[in-house]
Amino acid sequence: MADDSLVDIRDLHFHYDGRPVLQGIDMKIPRGKVVAIMGGSGCGKTTLLRCIGGQLKPTGGSVRLENHQVCKMSEAELYRLRRRMGMLFQFGALFTDLSVFDNVAFPLREHTDLSEEMIRDLVLMKLEAVGLRGAHALMPASLSGGMARRVALARAVALDPTLIMYDEPFTGLDPIALGVIGRLIRSLNDALGATSIMVTHDIQESLLIVDYIYFLNGGKVVAQGAPDEIRASSDPFVYQFVHAEPDGPVHFDYPAPTVLQDFLPGGAHARAA
Amino acid sequence: MPGPLELVRRLGSSVVDRVWRLGFATRFFFAILLHSGTALRRLSLTLREIYFSGVLSLLIIIVSGLFVGLVLGLQGYETLQRFGSTEALGVLVSLSLVRELGPVVAGLLFASRAGSSITAEIGLMKTTEQLKAMDMMAVNPIARVVAPRFWGGVISMPLLAAMFSAMGVFGGWLIGVVFIGVDDGAFWSQMQSSVDFRYDIMNGVIKSVVFGFAVSLIAVFEGYDSAPTAEGVSRAITRTVVTSAMTILALDFILTSFMFRGN
Repeated sequence: MADDSLVDIRDLHFHYDGRPVLQGIDMKIPRGKVVAIMGGSGCGKTTLLRCIGGQLKPTGGSVRLENHQVCKMSEAELYRLRRRMGMLFQFGALFTDLSVFDNVAFPLREHTDLSEEMIRDLVLMKLEAVGLRGAHALMPASLSGGMARRVALARAVALDPTLIMYDEPFTGLDPIALGVIGRLIRSLNDALGATSIMVTHDIQESLLIVDYIYFLNGGKVVAQGAPDEIRASSDPFVYQFVHAEPDGPVHFDYPAPTVLQDFLPGGAHARAA
Repeated sequence: MPGPLELVRRLGSSVVDRVWRLGFATRFFFAILLHSGTALRRLSLTLREIYFSGVLSLLIIIVSGLFVGLVLGLQGYETLQRFGSTEALGVLVSLSLVRELGPVVAGLLFASRAGSSITAEIGLMKTTEQLKAMDMMAVNPIARVVAPRFWGGVISMPLLAAMFSAMGVFGGWLIGVVFIGVDDGAFWSQMQSSVDFRYDIMNGVIKSVVFGFAVSLIAVFEGYDSAPTAEGVSRAITRTVVTSAMTILALDFILTSFMFRGN
């Protein structure tokens, strides 16, 4: 393991119901960097993130975080490790029965013995960092999608984690909220001296904020590089992804019989009817 | 029309699936017991659930108990009148309630009001990834979410059953003594002399505690095991109500056959 790597993934395999999802992933996540994992839907990005967080046990290979083999840790060891991790879920996953303030205070109250006054100050500082100090009394139901994501981000960094993981942080956001979240991911990573792993589809925003990108397809790493290398890449997969081309190594259409077979009398369409 | 082999395959698959779920529910129950420390140490978590499961169910329990008592009073008076023993109305109403109707009807109401709500809440927390988020924050969802709700239900259920029985007795007294004119002294004195604390009241309490365990376990398990979709949560709520009702009635028969044999 290189000295500057926080996460080292080697030959990682994961099967779900006998179907291979990850097939021999090798990946290094350097300390202090923001790394994006990209690829089409169903290519195994979120599964990989959950293997790193220890929520899924891989079928083979290893995930090493600092000096810990994540796959071999007991639940208690894993929970100790997770206190130094933060995770932003796709739609925030805020606790709907708690206010914005209590959501951000949740990890502090669960894992520290800090006084309520201290917790109040810390929560307001975290909310200030995401621009929502004034919204601390609101309930999650009254937040917009972008605001909910920012609150979830404040909660994810409440304990000043070493590793922050983002699962599709840009999904469903308008361009302004998307840009704000992107800048926050970068600035919080640098301010906290943390390392960030971001699973996303959004190539344009990612190219602006990340240090390195891995492309996954069919459960394998098919391309990787710094943003400038990715922009200049002639690799067909990367080119298709960066330029949003409908044709290329990734097929848009789900495999199906020919149109004639389906629509002629006696075809699958007629039989289904 | 599926052939005989297909029917056997489906039957086998259904049996295997049910046995698997039963095994998973048993493991889940032990996991709740194992992680109950948080719920008991941080009493506010359990008290909050007692409020949601118990206090908020009080109205339906009080109203239902009153109506059941009113009906028991009317039906009991009509039957006892044929034998010239209307003064035994208090005994009939109270024994029916503390032995059977109190725990069983309160259990059924508890399953529909609080059990379904617990399942829906946990199911939706799963659907919206709140349980996963908690797990990633190194907070065990079974300790933080499931165990307090389970113990809140277990504690609430006997209290609700007692309240149901008390309101039922009041309803029986209201219809029998106040409206029909049964002797007030006979109503209470016969009840006092015939209702045995150990055999009647305590056995009723034991039943309500057992029903509380069963309904609370079914409710939290169905929520935790629900498919994380709208349809999955909806099915889980239905299963909670149906399975709880069946379980209460089956357990009632088993417990009654052990408790009241020969008494």
